[in-house]
Amino acid sequence: MTLEVNGLNAGYDGTPILRDVDLTVETGEIVGIVGRNGVGKTTLLKSIMGLLEPETGTVRFGGEDLTRESADAHARSSIGYVPQGRDVFPGLTVEENLTIGEGIGGDDETRYEQVYEYFPILEERADQDAGTMSGGQQQMLAIARALVGDPDLLLVDEPSEGVQPSIVQSITADLAQINESFGTTILFVEQNLSVIQGLAERCYAIDHGQIVDEIDGEAVDDRERLEEYLVV
Amino acid sequence: MITPTATPLSISGYSLLALFFQFLDSFGFIVLATVGLAIIFGMMGVINLAHGEFILIGVYGTALAYHAGAPLPLGMVAGVIAATAFGVVVERTIVRHFYDRLLDSMVATWGLALVVSQLLLIVFGSSLDSISTPLGNVSYGPYSSSVYSSVLLPAIAVCVLAGLYALFTRTTFGIKARATIEDPETARAMGIDTDRMYVATFAIGSALAGLTGALYAPALGSITPNRGNTFLVEAFVAVVVGGQSVILGTLAASGVLSVFNATGSFLFGTFVGQMLLLLVAIVALRVLPDGITGYVDDWQQRRRAEE
Ligand SMILES: Nc1ncnc2c1ncn2[C@@H]1O[C@H](COP(=O)(O)OP(=O)(O)OP(=O)(O)O)[C@@H](O)[C@H]1O
Ligand SMILES: [Mg+2]
Repeated sequence: MTLEVNGLNAGYDGTPILRDVDLTVETGEIVGIVGRNGVGKTTLLKSIMGLLEPETGTVRFGGEDLTRESADAHARSSIGYVPQGRDVFPGLTVEENLTIGEGIGGDDETRYEQVYEYFPILEERADQDAGTMSGGQQQMLAIARALVGDPDLLLVDEPSEGVQPSIVQSITADLAQINESFGTTILFVEQNLSVIQGLAERCYAIDHGQIVDEIDGEAVDDRERLEEYLVV
Repeated sequence: MITPTATPLSISGYSLLALFFQFLDSFGFIVLATVGLAIIFGMMGVINLAHGEFILIGVYGTALAYHAGAPLPLGMVAGVIAATAFGVVVERTIVRHFYDRLLDSMVATWGLALVVSQLLLIVFGSSLDSISTPLGNVSYGPYSSSVYSSVLLPAIAVCVLAGLYALFTRTTFGIKARATIEDPETARAMGIDTDRMYVATFAIGSALAGLTGALYAPALGSITPNRGNTFLVEAFVAVVVGGQSVILGTLAASGVLSVFNATGSFLFGTFVGQMLLLLVAIVALRVLPDGITGYVDDWQQRRRAEE
């Protein structure tokens, strides 16, 4: 199931943000999108997810053209989405948040057991309102919610944002493990160097709504090359 | 309905009992008049000013079927179906354009209310024959109360609230509906067809309006095309006093409002009861601008912050 984005242009109310974005993520890959604040990373993920309709260009997943499909159709086509800012449903309990995630993938298959294995705290706190969890716990919940439906592709928007360093580390390790054991393809947005280097096999750098660099293999370990696109 | 024959202010066991029945009567009425409006407001940020006419469609559906020879319960089913079908059509053609646009939705549905009551007048004339209230009265001392509207309807009102509570907390549909209220965009990204959730919610709200109409068809006396206002005023006041939380808000507001409404009506007559209702609403709005449930939310948040 390859994700192919071709010639994507998107924006808000006629203001263009993304310009001619091309990217590909192969089955089983972990690919990062790096770039400074406000360059269009979230806009890119939202366009891929169908939360924002592109002006021109195409988004294809597993050969299926999803460009004009709504976000819920994307989810049913087995794309999981972890929004920026630990965006859980605060008034729903932890368990209810996970129930919502079952809708991803479009079949009845769920992965509660494995998800609870990675995030045992979520099983302990099943009946707690999600809004009363700590930032790190909410981020785990947002990831777990996208995983219970067993998606083929996971889109993750800045998992380290607002989360304390030790938890960032464990979330990074969890995502790598999930990729390995479930075979889930991961496309993530990040500005945190250690998360990028700990996770990505490959990176796209984005600036002013355009892909300006593609960083492959060994080059991902090159701190200075990455910092070029992160530090002001 | 209460028929006092002794001096109303003399406090006896009988008059307390009468006051209690009056309270139940008023509570049942406010809850049933409110739930449909509250669900649509709480879920979609739309105030349906045609809510009274939705109820009226339930009344007319019931009365027409009954006068055509159907047994009353079957007539009531017809009333519920009529209001639900009407609701789905209205949602698809009008209301869908006004989600989360409170004022626009009020103007559009107000227009709809006028059209519906005029149509009812043109098609069915200035009134339909009334239906006699089932179950009779209980008498105690100098008082008597209707079993149907002071016992059965309040009991049904409580069951409706309990049923809605179960629907919203125990079923996947309910959980999805709450997720959609909290954050429609993220809900969509989780595979929820939010559009369909809105139609379904509006249909449930309309069905509840139809149920209210069906249940009150035999308790209204005369059935006329302007009776919708009777329901709308109390429902509107209760939604405003109750706040955004559908079930708790409806329950709390109906409880508080019916205490004042019943006491006022019991001591000084229906008119004073109605005035008191509006007065309480105005005072409540000054003191609790986000309604009772908004106040409770604030209070919980402050307590959490202090911990
Ligand atoms: N809903 C919106 N309406 C209008 N403009 C928007 C909207 N959302 C984002 N923008 C604008 O689009 C541009 C790109 O925003 P985007 O959120 O994609 O950036 P980002 O790279 O994700 O930034 P960050 O790292 O801060 O999350 C910004 O200039 C932003 O102001
Ligand atoms: Mg962003």
